[in-house]
Amino acid sequence: MLGVARRHWGEKVIKAVLFLAAATSVLITVGIVLSLAGETIQFFNDEAVTLKGFLTDANWTPLFKDPEFGVRPLVQGTLVITLIGMIVAVPLGIGTAIYLSEYAPHRVRAFVKPTLELLAGVPTVVFGYFALTFFTPTLLNNILHLDVSVFNGLAGGIIVGVMIIPTVASVAEDAMTAVPSSLREGAYGLGASKRQVSTRVVVPAALSGVVAAVVLGASRAVGETMIVLIAAGQVPTTSLDPRNPMETMTAFIGATGKGDIPTGSTGYKAIFAVGFTLFIITLLINTVAIRFVRRFRQVYD
Amino acid sequence: MSPDDRRSDTMVKTVPEAENQHTPAVKAAVPTPVSVAAAGPHDVVDHAIARPVFETRDLAVLYGGKPAVLDVTMKIPEKEITAFIGPSGCGKSTILRCLDRMNDLIPSARVEGEVLYHGHDLYGSGVDPVQVRKRIGMVFQKPNPFPKSIYENIAFGPRVLGMKGNMDEIVETALRRASLWDDVKDRLKDNAFGMSGGQQQRLCIARALATGPDVLLMDEPCSALDPISTGRIEDLMHDLKSSVSIVIVTHNMQQAARVSDRTAFFIVDLDGGEDRRIGRLVEYGPTGRIFTNPHDTRTEEYVTGKFG
Repeated sequence: MLGVARRHWGEKVIKAVLFLAAATSVLITVGIVLSLAGETIQFFNDEAVTLKGFLTDANWTPLFKDPEFGVRPLVQGTLVITLIGMIVAVPLGIGTAIYLSEYAPHRVRAFVKPTLELLAGVPTVVFGYFALTFFTPTLLNNILHLDVSVFNGLAGGIIVGVMIIPTVASVAEDAMTAVPSSLREGAYGLGASKRQVSTRVVVPAALSGVVAAVVLGASRAVGETMIVLIAAGQVPTTSLDPRNPMETMTAFIGATGKGDIPTGSTGYKAIFAVGFTLFIITLLINTVAIRFVRRFRQVYD
Repeated sequence: MSPDDRRSDTMVKTVPEAENQHTPAVKAAVPTPVSVAAAGPHDVVDHAIARPVFETRDLAVLYGGKPAVLDVTMKIPEKEITAFIGPSGCGKSTILRCLDRMNDLIPSARVEGEVLYHGHDLYGSGVDPVQVRKRIGMVFQKPNPFPKSIYENIAFGPRVLGMKGNMDEIVETALRRASLWDDVKDRLKDNAFGMSGGQQQRLCIARALATGPDVLLMDEPCSALDPISTGRIEDLMHDLKSSVSIVIVTHNMQQAARVSDRTAFFIVDLDGGEDRRIGRLVEYGPTGRIFTNPHDTRTEEYVTGKFG
């Protein structure tokens, strides 16, 4: 009466295919970590390298005749440029998100959103040359008279910030749009103004999404290679003055990787050590952010 | 009856009901008969209401140029409970939202006609809707506490209005007025989402009371609640009506009969065809009379359950 049980081969095939799809990204991640870790261990086994020197030395000259392997200049370069980028991207990105989600009339929104997505589609190499050939000479030097070097961390950082504005704005806006309109109505019903509704109800309710947007932006800034390679230069330095050239971890990896260093040399292995360091820094940022989001999440349903 | 008959039949006849003006709310599900004067061809404006808190004149709301409700003219008394009833789509919630300018939040909505609040034009050129909503509280269909603590929910209104005074006292007073204080006094710092649905709705009422409004608009406040929670909210409305005027939209006719002093009955006018549904006010008067001796056959059919 209930029919004969059929063998659901189709179901099984689909399940297996979908599992493979999910497993692929996990396997690739594991593979990357393993290959990074292997070369990194070899790097530290090299007699010219010590872990203490790697963490504390102030000079990064892996390709010199008497190499020094202090990673600090690269880490500092990355942090300074990321910080400048976030100073640009967080206020502009979150401001854009609040505007689009709470204030913008339909017609303005219909124009601004695609434009923002266009900005997200600009190749970073274009951003890099924009920074090098227009932003630094014309805006920073001729108009603002900041007297910066041709290659400098300021232009790199600001343009990295511009690059991540769409990411921050779009993720934060999604989070704000997802806040139920009943919460807004409740606040308006109590006599709150639009600004109060935005800042006291919508942003707090969307906080976990807003933080996710900022972290995603920060991760992209930390990992950005092309812009900083072109615009910020390749001078590892412990100077914090962003008007000078600086080199980030990614710029070192990019520049050295395309160069002609012999495979297996210490300089070659240094690429992986720096990559591993970058991986750990990004992991730290993400972990802290996830904790923050869990702690301050506002559940509204 | 033909559509033409219906149209000519329109606007309500109300009794000259001085005798009914302070009719207490009808407690029973089946309302007790109320003595009714002979029906006369009266305007829907209830002239017996001497000091209305609201008075609407030819109020109409249009969405994107299409009329949703037309020709609503009525006076809503002070310190009483007025219920709006009628089938879905009759515009009762839309009219309610006109009373504290919540329709301003919908870009396509346009309000025509007049709404007077204590004699002042609510839609006058110099009137700030934010100021209006400070004095007129609103409670919504689904409880919508903020994702904050119980305390912060109550303190929100006073804070955005910059009210002076001891916030702890303001919060306690509001919670007591909503008879919620004893339930929550030991967990004021807990998230409001840990409360039951009925408690959340009473929290929303307390939140609205915290800013000291003189009117409370309630848009189907019990539609998401169980009967026990509904009963508590109804008791609360009785307690509150000595200090605030209440207007409630409800789908539940028994609720209107139980809690309200006056009832307005709206219908959906389909004269223009199925895609031109227009809400209209049919009859408005003391609740007892609307339920026992309606003057309009459409009201009678609705309250006796023949349609809607």
